Amino acid sequence: MTTTPTTPTTPIAQNSQNAQNTRTATSSAPMVPARYRVVANHRDTADTHTLRLAPLDQPIPRFRAGQFTMVYVFGVGEIPLSVSGSPLVGDDTLVHTVRAVGAVSAALCQAGPGSIVGVRGPFGTGWDVEDSLGRNLLFVAGGIGLAPLRSALLEALGTRDRFGFITVLAGAKVPAEHLYRDEEESWLAHGAVVLRTVDRLEPDPCTLQVPAWDGSVGLVTDLLAGLRARPEHTTAFVCGPEVTMTHTGSALLELGIPAHRIEVCLERNMRCGLGICGHCQLGPDFVCLDGPVTTFDHAEPLLAICEL
Amino acid sequence: MEPSTTARRAVITAEALDDVLIALTAAGYQPVGPVVRDSAIVLDALGSAADLPHGRGTETSPGHYRLRDRSDGAVFGHSTGPQSWKQYLHPARRKLWSADRDPASGDFAPEPVAEVPVRYAFVGVRPCDLAAIRILNRALRRDENAEGPFIVAVECGDPGATCFCASTGSGPGCTDSGEGYDLALTELTGSAGHRFLVTVGTARGASILDAVPHAAAPQSAVMTARRIVAEARGRMGRTLPDTDLRVLLARSAEAERWDDVASRCLACGNCTMVCPTCFCTSVEDTTDLTGDHAERWESWDSCFDIDYSYIHGGAVRTSAKSRYRQWLTHKFGTWHDQFGSSGCVGCGRCIAWCPVGIDVTEELAALDETIEPETAR
Ligand SMILES: Cc1cc2nc3c(=O)[nH]c(=O)nc-3n(C[C@H](O)[C@H](O)[C@H](O)COP(=O)(O)OP(=O)(O)OC[C@H]3O[C@@H](n4cnc5c(N)ncnc54)[C@H](O)[C@@H]3O)c2cc1C
Ligand code: SF4
Ligand code: SF4
Repeated sequence: MTTTPTTPTTPIAQNSQNAQNTRTATSSAPMVPARYRVVANHRDTADTHTLRLAPLDQPIPRFRAGQFTMVYVFGVGEIPLSVSGSPLVGDDTLVHTVRAVGAVSAALCQAGPGSIVGVRGPFGTGWDVEDSLGRNLLFVAGGIGLAPLRSALLEALGTRDRFGFITVLAGAKVPAEHLYRDEEESWLAHGAVVLRTVDRLEPDPCTLQVPAWDGSVGLVTDLLAGLRARPEHTTAFVCGPEVTMTHTGSALLELGIPAHRIEVCLERNMRCGLGICGHCQLGPDFVCLDGPVTTFDHAEPLLAICEL
Repeated sequence: MEPSTTARRAVITAEALDDVLIALTAAGYQPVGPVVRDSAIVLDALGSAADLPHGRGTETSPGHYRLRDRSDGAVFGHSTGPQSWKQYLHPARRKLWSADRDPASGDFAPEPVAEVPVRYAFVGVRPCDLAAIRILNRALRRDENAEGPFIVAVECGDPGATCFCASTGSGPGCTDSGEGYDLALTELTGSAGHRFLVTVGTARGASILDAVPHAAAPQSAVMTARRIVAEARGRMGRTLPDTDLRVLLARSAEAERWDDVASRCLACGNCTMVCPTCFCTSVEDTTDLTGDHAERWESWDSCFDIDYSYIHGGAVRTSAKSRYRQWLTHKFGTWHDQFGSSGCVGCGRCIAWCPVGIDVTEELAALDETIEPETAR
């Protein structure tokens, strides 16, 4: 299945630490992607696909759950995507879950097996799974936010006995937009509790049938009411639209989860991942370096300022 | 600060500037410096000292920049122009890599653009711009120990009306410790003739001086240079409010003044383009008509551009108010958190080149007046 590259590509330092900068020029090397081949493209929902990528060049360094990469589609562009696969996999493959919202993300969703894409990274901070040994883990996701959380969830489930209760609360607009339904069995088998909710349950405009739904209807924060975990021994990982994260964060604080044990994943425009393009600034933070994962006590005052 | 007794000093004649350029060229440097073009003093390659703006000065005020003639024939009697050394250190546009795709297999191999480093000699770097070079390099996370361009700094004797480097601590003089420069000049145009006091900052600076006719610096020349800089400090056109700006801005996020400035600001981004430390860039991926040749380009970007903060669903900073706040807060406030210093060096470019004459020193003073130190936390 492999074609020989037209030119041998030299291994390229991908990490900002390795950037070969001088005082008169910034090396372009950290902006050059390594090639990866799409080895599987799985359609999760109408607009969201999960891609497995295998390196053709020197693979990027190992990632931590919550980190992201910059994925390039030839001639179309490059976008930040969190890794949604487990950091425990033994090989150099990368798994990303992409929601088609524009040019690059749509092209990625359409990239069938054999397609070649570019990858730089991994960048940013990760979820503090390692720091939560012995604690209960609570994952709260809104929409595509479940993708960046999946990486930490699979890490925790892969070393299940190191943690207390593992609970997943996932919200989506409608039943058909829920991600990873097909692997929920396996999460349950590893002892996770999974609760799902939808914003609304309406008849399909074509069939006029109300979709089958065994979960709740309402906001993801409504699911918090049923939690049995001891809050002071719980670490919460939250990812979703910004309003969902701020509401969930506040609700979790009220439940008694310490602010520094609530982690959120921020999203800002990113062009480099190296903290030099400036775009991802949020107050004093460069989200690509100081984030995307950060604690709620740090993020909350920044998110509270409109248009910061 | 008292003149250091250890710094090596010399005096050269105005004519010897040409010898400095010859020595720099002989040592393998490409000299660049101020030249007059399009009614402004811009930066360009220097063939000889005759290219420098002899007898030309500048007149600046908010939204205003004009050249004027000087009776003293000074070569460096101007303040900063629309350009800065950023254009050499961090080009406005550069290609990062290109790739050709094999149409059959879809395979491609990105080829990084081979960088051919030019050994520049920057001639006529003002003290504010010396600080700007240091700050820019830090913001771009460059190796501060790597070899940089050769720098001939020039102390300022005639600051512009938009200058406020005394407030930012970056001018109008250079430090004796040689911070940031290889050679520093002070232009002396008095009765003793048109001369330059030369202060040696580095060993490579010393070797250039050795290749140029020079005389030991009399104490009188050193004292004259001190006086010129001290007087320039006293004639500084503008000042920053005397407060901790980082704290002021951290408390000003919801200030009403932002609405006021937003009603005047055109969000044109000129201030960020002329700023010698603004480093933001955009990355553009393109293809040619065949679709099989792709390139990646990096170009200057501005936080005033609406697309700068675009994420799916819309830009984060849509109002002009939030974009002006980003610029001012970053430059004078959060820059400290990120890079350990202010991002402003007091060069005044953003004031002179703002089409509507918005003055950062005035905006900061207005914030300082309205923000109550205790309560507005
Ligand atoms: C740290 C991080 C992790 C992310 N993880 C995921 C993920 O796991 N799955 C997923 O589906 N989405 C993720 N996103 C969002 C994803 O990056 C955007 O949906 C994507 O950039 C949209 O690009 P587009 O070309 O498809 O859309 P368009 O709207 O056509 O975007 C046009 C251009 O704008 C820029 N742009 C738009 N949105 C963003 C953005 N959020 N960040 C940077 N540049 C942007 C890009 O250059 C893009 O090419 C993540 C974003 C960030 C910052
Ligand atoms: S002021 Fe704006 S353009 Fe300048 S460095 Fe800061 S964010 Fe970038
Ligand atoms: S402050 Fe002036 S130069 Fe800057 S964006 Fe506004 S109008 Fe343009």
